[in-house]
Amino acid sequence: MNWGSWSGFWAMGGYGFYVWGAYGVTFAALALEIFLLARRSRETKT
Amino acid sequence: MSATIKWFWFASPQTFFPLAGVIARACWVGAALLALAGLYVGFFVAPTDAQQGEAYRIIFIHVAAAWMSMFLYVVMAFWAAIGLAFNTRLSSMMASAMAPTGAMFTFVALWTGALWGRPTWGAYWVWDARLTSELILLFLYLGFMALQAAIDDPRRADRAGALLAIVGVVNVPIIYYSVQWWNTLHQGASVSLTRAPSMASTMLAGMLLMALAFWLYSIAASLTRVRCIIQERE
Repeated sequence: MNWGSWSGFWAMGGYGFYVWGAYGVTFAALALEIFLLARRSRETKT
Repeated sequence: MSATIKWFWFASPQTFFPLAGVIARACWVGAALLALAGLYVGFFVAPTDAQQGEAYRIIFIHVAAAWMSMFLYVVMAFWAAIGLAFNTRLSSMMASAMAPTGAMFTFVALWTGALWGRPTWGAYWVWDARLTSELILLFLYLGFMALQAAIDDPRRADRAGALLAIVGVVNVPIIYYSVQWWNTLHQGASVSLTRAPSMASTMLAGMLLMALAFWLYSIAASLTRVRCIIQERE
């Protein structure tokens, strides 16, 4: 196990901004594409 | 029914439509499970890097996204070329369906690279051969999408887009070999087919799990989008 505590996990050894900035935007981009695809699928079905 | 006939059977958009739905659903589930496994290995199993500390953990999404950005472009250009050469509707639709997902992964590769470059190189962006050629890849995807969107007749849009996609494919080997051909700030490949990976096995496992997750995600997203395109066009 790498992390002693939750605060240690979020701090990422001082690189929290970079690591969570990278992961946050990546999963936001994936979520946005899934949302747009779901909306397009709904619109084309009707 | 022989395998050859079946192959052409599924080349028709109408018969491919339900099959694409089944494959897409399975891939959505698979991608989610593999991503969870990859994140678990990446954050809780893989050890801290001796040189880069925790900043290296960006690798799990950065490399996976960069691989997908190049791979999707080659597959997109392949389907575009097949559509251009044999005038098969579904091939061109597949190419159009893959472009937004490829563009998204290219953006993710650039974004995660910038946030990794700042703590390790001291700069979010440098005009390095690897970074610049990856940026050109993003413009190729966006150009392909813009060109297709600008032409009203879908068949003409397919042909114009195919030409752009095929010409642009020359950029993919440039990206891949840029770290060897030029003296780049970007490091060389950590994983290659010809030698042992230069990283801890748990780090490699996390990276491969994320790559596989992104792979299934790309299949799921492309097939879901091609179903929309089939319904919109036919």
